[in-house]
Amino acid sequence: MIKLLVGLRDWVDARLPIMRAWDTHMGKYYAPKNFNFWYFFGVLSLFVLVNQLLTGIWLTMSYVPSAEAAFASVEYIMRDVEMGWLIRYLHSTGASAFFAVVYLHMFRGLMYGSYKKPRELVWIFGMLIYLALMAEGFLGYVLPWGQMSYWGAQVIVSLFGAIPVIGPDLEQWVRGDYLISGITLNRFFALHVVAVPIILLALVVLHLLALHEVGSNNPDGIEIKKNKDANGIPKDGIAFHPYYTVHDIVGVVVFLFVFCAIVFFAPEMGGYFIEYANFEEANALKTPDHIAPVWYYTPFYAMLRATTLEWFGLSSKFWGFVVMGGAVAIFFVLPWIDRSPVKSWRYKGLATKIAIPVFAVVFLILGYLGAIPAEGTFLGMERKAAAQYLTIVYFAFFFLMPIYTSLESTKPVPERVTMR
Amino acid sequence: MKKLILACLLVMAPVAALAAGGKSCGKIECDAFDVDLHDKAALQRGAQVYMNYCMGCHALRYARYERTANDLGIPAEMVQGNLMFGDSKIGDLMQNALPDAQGKKWFGAAPPDLTLIARRRGPEWLYTYLHSFYVDPARPYGANNLVFPDVGMPHALYELQGQQVCKPAWKIAANGGIARDPVTYENLEDEHYPCGRVEHVAGTGQLTPEEYDRTVADLVSFLEYVGEPMQLERQRIGIFTMLFLLLLLIVAWMLNREYWKDVH
Amino acid sequence: MSDGGVNQSRRYFLTAATAAVGAVGAAAVAVPFVKSWTPSAKAKAAGAPVKFDLSKLEPGQITTVEWRGKPVYVLRRTPAVLEDIKAQEDKLKDPESAGSIQPDYAKGPFRSIKDEFLITVGLCTHLGCAPKYRPEAGSITPDWRGGFFCPCHGSMFDLAGRVYKSVPAPTNLEIPPHFYESDSVIVIGLDGGAA
Repeated sequence: MIKLLVGLRDWVDARLPIMRAWDTHMGKYYAPKNFNFWYFFGVLSLFVLVNQLLTGIWLTMSYVPSAEAAFASVEYIMRDVEMGWLIRYLHSTGASAFFAVVYLHMFRGLMYGSYKKPRELVWIFGMLIYLALMAEGFLGYVLPWGQMSYWGAQVIVSLFGAIPVIGPDLEQWVRGDYLISGITLNRFFALHVVAVPIILLALVVLHLLALHEVGSNNPDGIEIKKNKDANGIPKDGIAFHPYYTVHDIVGVVVFLFVFCAIVFFAPEMGGYFIEYANFEEANALKTPDHIAPVWYYTPFYAMLRATTLEWFGLSSKFWGFVVMGGAVAIFFVLPWIDRSPVKSWRYKGLATKIAIPVFAVVFLILGYLGAIPAEGTFLGMERKAAAQYLTIVYFAFFFLMPIYTSLESTKPVPERVTMR
Repeated sequence: MKKLILACLLVMAPVAALAAGGKSCGKIECDAFDVDLHDKAALQRGAQVYMNYCMGCHALRYARYERTANDLGIPAEMVQGNLMFGDSKIGDLMQNALPDAQGKKWFGAAPPDLTLIARRRGPEWLYTYLHSFYVDPARPYGANNLVFPDVGMPHALYELQGQQVCKPAWKIAANGGIARDPVTYENLEDEHYPCGRVEHVAGTGQLTPEEYDRTVADLVSFLEYVGEPMQLERQRIGIFTMLFLLLLLIVAWMLNREYWKDVH
Repeated sequence: MSDGGVNQSRRYFLTAATAAVGAVGAAAVAVPFVKSWTPSAKAKAAGAPVKFDLSKLEPGQITTVEWRGKPVYVLRRTPAVLEDIKAQEDKLKDPESAGSIQPDYAKGPFRSIKDEFLITVGLCTHLGCAPKYRPEAGSITPDWRGGFFCPCHGSMFDLAGRVYKSVPAPTNLEIPPHFYESDSVIVIGLDGGAA
């Protein structure tokens, strides 16, 4: 039996380089041995992606993409399809989990300078994945055709109207109707289940190929390839398989603990993974009292809402669009605005050590502000004003980065990685 | 590993904090109310009340009679005899005969389907809402609601509860409690809110206030059930899943530790 | 990283243990995905047993009742037909219905509870076309005695739904579970005992 399998493997390998691929990406891919727990979130993203693809394919089998039947078909999945509720909750919780692990994955890159030379392309592909994911999440949220689906789509599609000159026509073109309707739903369905997933998968492959070409960064920001032993193996590297496979299994199981706890005991997550208003079917004549996007968009939504500029005679709606788009897009230039000679914040100066935590906190607070109604106060300050100040801090983090990263004094980076 | 768990908790903390906001009941605070989905008898009574008082206008068009009967432990014959609407079959969705257009004509808005109302509003809201009808001659059906002002629907449980009238809200003292008259110790009313509280007119209604509380509790429990009928099954499977993951964690952890002995 | 001091058998055991527990988990994960393909509550409701009042049928008349989306033929046979059915057995592939699908209570030559009424699924056991009721003698072959003829591939069945020799269909027409709720009302889709 074993002989047969080995024979089959060799037969295939003579025609398709499966052994070489295995070695390149697993058996002889040498990763730094000092990965800490922040390095779980890459593999977790991949894990959640698989979950979304599987459950998504199964949901498509019972979902009906039409304005008349979409809402009822989701309840059909929840009630009439055997265990359909589990598949749906895995998908809805998976959407939030995807963003959670991707945000942590990105924050890891920010801390340890994983975007810096030679990993600029890895970072660019990663950012493109994030963009595709935002589109995918938005499109998917429209599909259940609840009140939040409808009005969320209404708000986001209206953003296209902010673009000067072509805006209104573009907006109508995206909708395919004079308001969000079943026509919009159908095209969003096609994009959500076919187009964007294909792009997403292609980008994930590119992200990994680019990464495995240059090798993984590590918490010390040391290039382990500069220090190889007689066999050409990095002295600080260990084979991805078995060392990081067994390591990542533990990470996946711990993740599943949290994930399953939500799926089985709090699938609505207090209205933040599945918004309560989405249990009411879409109604074009009745806006819910409070529209908030799902939590993973709220930092950007808060910045959009806070923008009241009317520069150059252009509307604040336009500038809100610019601010929101800019807040996402600015991540792309990170590899070039970080002028520090070192990668990891461990060896960067005080300015970076303050800036990164401040940025993280600002991002979280903006997320909070984007989830609650715009009127009212936050810590004794008008919410809108608070969001405006925080938006300035958010952008200052990036705009000032070339200055503080080149001025601050860095610590010497050790020769070999440190285990701590 | 502790760090990983800690990080997960840190991510969840803001979400949980946001979630703690909860649901409001319009201008007044929601009454506290907990649903016990294990109490089959209560759910059965709730189903009965729903069929008698609500189903005429509010369908449950995503739920099926058969599933509901099985889950609640009601024999099929009894469902067919007592609970089913019109000439439905046992496997049918729980529809009613009121067309939306007709409902709109009668009540100003078509009575909404209530299958998911408990998920939309929350049981506390429903419990409070059904306790907050009061007499208001200005409304077409002579009834208004504190939780849902100018609601289109009449007080469907009027014959059970009897009459309620609107009274001024209690005056709030500096310490947050209800202000009392220093001499008589009676609660003081706040004249700024002439209608902030309902009071039952003693002697009206077929049920005593306590019986009415229980009836509403049963009804709301039933709605909670029908909003997510698999809730108990979900939690049961969840416990097995968590136990299994614990086992998997132990072996995976030992495997990891064994291999990482190599790494210094 | 030398192999010195490595307990290979322990590694082997722990790998196997993790793989085994993981495999159990993977199998459990497969359950909802497999189960979700079984008929949903909606399909079950649509496929619920159906009632039919036999008193509507004249002798020799046939009607089609829909059960689970399939045509079910209900035929009231005349005494002459019943006589004829018994006379033909040497021309049949499976006269005893040994290799065909029917409930135990419909196993005899007439394949029914009451001889007079044949209740059979109107789908050819060859490739699922609906055979036509052709009672006229000699209408299909010169010695045709009346029966069901499938237009798709020419399979022939007698008036008890039994298949003739030398046709593509392998077995007799399927008899669905059914029982008499009263003298004249049948329920198709349930065995008597289960009701």
